[in-house]
Amino acid sequence: MLLRADPAFAIEIKNLRKSFDRPAVDGLDLSIRRGEFYTLLGPNGAGKTTTLRMVVGLLRPDAGSIAILGFDALAEPVAAKQVMAWISDEPMIYDKLTPFEYLEFVGGLWGIDAARAEARARELIEWLGLGPHAHQRCEGFSKGMRQKVALAGALVHEPKIIILDEPFTGLDAGSARQVKTVLREHVADGGTVIMTTHILEVAERMADRIGVIARGRLIAEGTLEELGRQAGNGASSLEDTFLALVAEPAAAA
Amino acid sequence: MNRPGTLAWFARHEFRLAWRDWLAMMTAGGRARTRTVAIALVIFAVVMHVIAYAMVSRYAGLAAHADKTVLVVITGSALLSLSLMLSQAMESVTRAFYARSDLDLLLSSPAPAETIFAVRIATIALSVIAMAALLAGPFINVLAFTDGAHWLMAYGAVAAMGAAAAAAAVLLTTVLFQLIGPRRTRLVAQIVAAVIGAAFVIGLQLAAIASDGTMSRYATLASEPILALAPGTDSVLWWPARAILGDAFALAALAAVSLVTLGAAIVFVAPCFADCAIAAAGTTMGREGRPAAGFRRASPMTMLRRKEWALLRRDPWLMSQTLMQMLYLLPPAFLLWRSFEDSRTSVVLLVPVLVMAAGQLAGGLAWLAISGEDAPDLIATAPLAAHQITRAKIEAVIGCIALVFAPFLLALALLDAHVAIVAALGIAAAAATATTVQLYFRGQAKRSQFRRRQTSSRVATFAEAFSSISWAAAAALAAAGTGIAVVPAIVAVAILFGVRLVRPKVPEMVVA
Repeated sequence: MLLRADPAFAIEIKNLRKSFDRPAVDGLDLSIRRGEFYTLLGPNGAGKTTTLRMVVGLLRPDAGSIAILGFDALAEPVAAKQVMAWISDEPMIYDKLTPFEYLEFVGGLWGIDAARAEARARELIEWLGLGPHAHQRCEGFSKGMRQKVALAGALVHEPKIIILDEPFTGLDAGSARQVKTVLREHVADGGTVIMTTHILEVAERMADRIGVIARGRLIAEGTLEELGRQAGNGASSLEDTFLALVAEPAAAA
Repeated sequence: MNRPGTLAWFARHEFRLAWRDWLAMMTAGGRARTRTVAIALVIFAVVMHVIAYAMVSRYAGLAAHADKTVLVVITGSALLSLSLMLSQAMESVTRAFYARSDLDLLLSSPAPAETIFAVRIATIALSVIAMAALLAGPFINVLAFTDGAHWLMAYGAVAAMGAAAAAAAVLLTTVLFQLIGPRRTRLVAQIVAAVIGAAFVIGLQLAAIASDGTMSRYATLASEPILALAPGTDSVLWWPARAILGDAFALAALAAVSLVTLGAAIVFVAPCFADCAIAAAGTTMGREGRPAAGFRRASPMTMLRRKEWALLRRDPWLMSQTLMQMLYLLPPAFLLWRSFEDSRTSVVLLVPVLVMAAGQLAGGLAWLAISGEDAPDLIATAPLAAHQITRAKIEAVIGCIALVFAPFLLALALLDAHVAIVAALGIAAAAATATTVQLYFRGQAKRSQFRRRQTSSRVATFAEAFSSISWAAAAALAAAGTGIAVVPAIVAVAILFGVRLVRPKVPEMVVA
């Protein structure tokens, strides 16, 4: 296997570009360390989701490179996908499968040993409070339950990196707390989480580092304190910092 | 101006939605295509009139000699149309109960629910009438042109039948709702609608085969036993036929009965429609399944195939839609069964029917497996090469085709091994071509959009249909032992190459 990038990084993105009608991602450089909880912030249309979709192989970049734990994600997508899990804001699961069957399917897709996958699935089902619905078809599940099933699917193959796009959209407080707990424990166990969110409080409380994207570029990055310094206005909260940071390119435009 | 909340205001709203929905369906969402679609519709209308002229112009003057045979055949044809109208109306009524698109908004508004549903029932009736008039129009116009304007009264008969069909559909679905509950009604109504749509044609074909071994629908209607059973020409039963033939009194009576029935359905059923719709809202909760014993050891490819089969098996509506073509195999199956007793020459006639059905079924299944993927992100982010995913999905389709057609091929093999081999090759070719077309035109859609798949790409739809027809013709000629079979086979291959040339560019996913 090709190990051309620094394996100290879970994800290493260099000069990534993607245009639709206009540039969505415009020469993005981004490095996320192993075992890090990284949050991407940015206004609507900043290029956050496009970036993540290129990382997980759902979009082909126009230019640039993406390395996943040292694997070139464009040259070796299968190897890169083996260590990742993707959860979008709109959980896509099969209505006609039960959560138990869904997890069996996902485990099988990732080539996990059936006995190991089953043990993990049973654990996840209980942990996420899906027990009473484990053998009920997913049709009619609430958004929160669907998100939990999708999350269980992401965790059943024990990925090293979990990538989430707005995972808290539409979740109730209880479900959101469960998802946060799951993600924190994943990081505590040495896994990496990269997530986009519009909920600044979540980013503030959960992220080790925060990256701010605007107009397809990374305009600031660091811990909360570092971002505050970069904003340079003595901002007292992430909200102030974020607004100050994204205001600059907008004003320049 | 219409006052908000009134019957007329809702009617305007419904018509605007219906018009835009129809336009979007015809133009596949592209407004720029409106002109192209308009031109295509004009060409379609002209072609339909030419076909109608070839089929019915010789029947001009029929009204003057309306004997029992004429009345029986026209009544039979009217019943055939009515069954199709009823089928369409039941589909629409079921959608009105279960589609939640705007019902939550409407039912949570202070507008009276009975007004909303009265308009909705009337809209269903009008859409059924419009569709029937569109299909019957060319035939009526040709007869009016060649025999006189009195034939235009047939439009009135079509409208009356459409209203009656809508009323019957509303009553039938509401009765089903009360009898078997909201959860089962959706499925049962949709299957009943599909079966009603096909049953009359199939029934006539089965009867025709039983009587003289052909598959002609009209042979049975004009047969001696039917004519002997039919009442005299002055019976009320013939009023619909007489209305079609231009009898003003019969038309007035037919229209009065239909409108009163529809009015009664609106007045009596519309108020409880809201209750039914609210009850239907709670029916999507997942069904309790049998707890699975445990995870089974399987390769990723096997998991994919298994998933496709499980999803298909567990969606009876989808299965009924997909396997609808299979209902049309009943007459040839019956013919096959009779062939064991009679001559074996008619067996050759079965080959094109089987090949055509295989092509159409494979096209539907391939769309479901390839484009109708409900979790595309999951599949695309799985550590599998794109070609492995595609292969597993194609294998799932081919597995279904093999399962459906194996019994027919086995039965054919017992009669004539050569014909069975030709049929098997034809089925394989038609299924492979239809699947390849779907691969070329893969998109991303919800499985629930299955019925709209044909509007997403007309090139794919026509290519699928014409290649199936070509393979059916090739197989029939090959089964008959003629070398001309090569010609339609070349046409089928040419269609596939043509489709390859015009296929859209590969989706943007990273392929391994």
